[in-house]
Amino acid sequence: MAVEDARPERATDRASWINDPKVRGAFYQILLVLALAWLIWEIIDNTRTNLEQRNMATGWGFLDETAGFGIILNLIQYSEISNYGRALFVGFLNTLLVAGIGVFLATVIGFIVGIARLSKNWVISRIAYVYIEVLRNIPLLLQIFFWYFAVLRAVPGKREMGTIVPGVHLNIAGLRAPAPVFEEGSTPTVIALILAIVISFVIKGWSAKRQAATGQRFPVLWTAIGLIVVLPLIVFLATGMPISISYPEFRDTGPMLMRGFQEGTGFVLIPEFLSLLLALSLYTATFIAEIVRAGILAVSHGQTEASYALGLRPGSTLRLVIIPQAMRVIIPPLTSQYLNLTKNSSLAVAIAYPDLVSVGGTVLNQTGQAIEIIAIWMLVYLSISLLTSAFMNWYNKRMALVER
Amino acid sequence: MTMTHADESTSEAYVRDRMVEDAAPPSSSVGAIGWMRANLFSSIPNTILTLLGIYIVYLVVPPLIEFTLVNAVWEGEDRTACAQAHGACWPYVEAYFWTFIYGRYPDPERWRVNLTFFLFAIGLVPLLVPQMPFKREGLIYMLAFFPVAALILLTGGDFTYAGFFLPMPEGELRFWIEFLLVAAAVTGGIYLLTREAGGNAKGTALSILAGFGVLAALFFVASIDFGLVEVETPLWGGLLVTLVIAVTGIAASLPIGIALALGRRSNLPIVRLISVIFIEFWRGVPLITVLFMSSVMLPLFLPEGITFDKLLRALIGVALFASAYMAEVVRGGLQAIGKGQYEGAMALGLRYWQMMSKIILPQALTLVIPGIVNTFIGLFKDTTLVLIIGLFDLLGIIQSSYTDPNWASPTQSHTGYLVAALIFWVFCFSMSRYSIYMERRLDTGHKR
Repeated sequence: MAVEDARPERATDRASWINDPKVRGAFYQILLVLALAWLIWEIIDNTRTNLEQRNMATGWGFLDETAGFGIILNLIQYSEISNYGRALFVGFLNTLLVAGIGVFLATVIGFIVGIARLSKNWVISRIAYVYIEVLRNIPLLLQIFFWYFAVLRAVPGKREMGTIVPGVHLNIAGLRAPAPVFEEGSTPTVIALILAIVISFVIKGWSAKRQAATGQRFPVLWTAIGLIVVLPLIVFLATGMPISISYPEFRDTGPMLMRGFQEGTGFVLIPEFLSLLLALSLYTATFIAEIVRAGILAVSHGQTEASYALGLRPGSTLRLVIIPQAMRVIIPPLTSQYLNLTKNSSLAVAIAYPDLVSVGGTVLNQTGQAIEIIAIWMLVYLSISLLTSAFMNWYNKRMALVER
Repeated sequence: MTMTHADESTSEAYVRDRMVEDAAPPSSSVGAIGWMRANLFSSIPNTILTLLGIYIVYLVVPPLIEFTLVNAVWEGEDRTACAQAHGACWPYVEAYFWTFIYGRYPDPERWRVNLTFFLFAIGLVPLLVPQMPFKREGLIYMLAFFPVAALILLTGGDFTYAGFFLPMPEGELRFWIEFLLVAAAVTGGIYLLTREAGGNAKGTALSILAGFGVLAALFFVASIDFGLVEVETPLWGGLLVTLVIAVTGIAASLPIGIALALGRRSNLPIVRLISVIFIEFWRGVPLITVLFMSSVMLPLFLPEGITFDKLLRALIGVALFASAYMAEVVRGGLQAIGKGQYEGAMALGLRYWQMMSKIILPQALTLVIPGIVNTFIGLFKDTTLVLIIGLFDLLGIIQSSYTDPNWASPTQSHTGYLVAALIFWVFCFSMSRYSIYMERRLDTGHKR
């Protein structure tokens, strides 16, 4: 609160300098800085003596030492002989993986449930309500434990298939599904696919412009589907079908220890990942659903009536009129939910999903370098938080209502 | 209307003197059927949705009832009762229930925990119910009496103080001399400052002295031997630890949060910068890393010879973490107060702290009660994380009970999680209802 000094001139002669808000402000701030500096110095000093006394190693040298432990999920090349630095990086990538997919799933579920909560259909809106109120009031860690220890431990054992739908199997070792195998010469097909997607977006932009200018519509959806299916398919056939599908191979004969799904066949999702992902996205979705509901309710009812009066159907009204306006209300709290999900993914340590915190914990136990590890954790999460909020602020600014 | 009975037949056909009774609405648009037609089966997509919904209910509810009631085991002494069970193992919950509440707190001392819960409840009710009188007394009770009572009851009291800095033998005497010195120094310093500034020096000094008096009384009471057996914190567990962490966390985070919120809105640049850095730092990192930090790094930060026990370390971490969130909640309240309130206070000639404590904060804090309750709910759920650093909160104690070979059975973990979920849910759901109730009450429609 800026207080302008509006007293008449003669008053300043009488007032002591000690009553000058500027002097006082400076005084208190200097006092605060000194106290803080003392506190920080004290902490550093104590830490140094304590570390010396306990003979604890310091410095970043440990990052180059051999880790010597395996990680059950690695997106990049990693083995026991890799160094600690690489292990931590693998953990970081795993955090990003589960957080990224979790954000996507939570958004989808959250939007569906949030809209269902407002449905005129009594059964649907009640189910959405019960879902939100139940899951959001139970601690996330408990939900992770539930999925991991109670659900995914109750599925068939390692030597059984546990088929859910043909081709997809769930047993105690994880979820297995067919996986595409990119053989040599498959690059053109992938490029064709990316190209098709890019062209579809270009067509969408062009069609929107044309519709705005002339009112003529262009069947974007069908063109895009055609492009995305046909173009890669032609390239695929032309290059001699270089992509094959690897089905999970199951063996129920032979030596007991060799039975079960064979390594390297099909696509595996480990149970730790599955339970963390399920718990994170179902839990965060409840918060997103409430945000979506509040956002939609914030759009005036007149907008709905006007769009009905224009002859739009309920679906189109929601998609073209309500949601775009609701997005302005939704985005800021949505960002903080995304960040919460990312930070909550650190609970992985409780079920040993190898995320940054979990891998970092192992490294901490092996090297004893607590300060460095905790500094890495905090730095990484802080940067993720700050980057996400920066991006979302930019996006929010772009979406904001341009007012006079 | 005049009736001429001479020509009765025509007049009757011509004018009615009574309204015709309303015809009943078609049976398809009233009652249960009408409601169903309007809400469930109004169109084909709606009907499909309804059927889908019923199918979801069918998938979830019957198995849940089967598990908890139909297939559940109700009686037994040990694991043999539940070894073949396909439903919940209730005897296990019965055997462990009090452990879930108190942890390993010694049996004969559990009345102390109950008394603490009771003292907390009677202090809380007058604060929560807006219509109840004695708000001020309730607040003093909760801020001064209850914390000391709870501390003494739960730990056993009889604290000894060693003192800190004076070059004399450790002991109570050193502590009290140091206390007097600090009290005298602070009071004297502030007295001189206020006198120089032309304020009410005597009054300020007296009130600060009174504060120190209360503090001394609390320290003294905590050092009295009430004859209670000492119960060390590693024995605490279950719901007790969950509540201790959540309540202490929120209580400690309120003052820090208010200070940070004021700091963030201050016009002193360094104060603002420090507040922003502090708030954004704690909000940007996950609680689990904070807990690791407080359990692993805090001992390194402290001077030699001072050690905190595990629970206290977790409490410090939780309080710092929660205060950042609290600061943002309070800031929301401060921003919701109209500029006119600030200007009015300044026009009355109030100083900054007078303006804040008498005009702004009372309004702002009332406005953010729902936000505070929501932060509390979040904290309450987050206390489960302390099990990762080896404390036994409610979830931790349930998780650790699974290692008991006496009760090992296929449905033990399901049953345990169900009980944990139920307890957490009841707490959190009722708190969220309270928060919604307060929100409605506080929403006077004057928002601009």
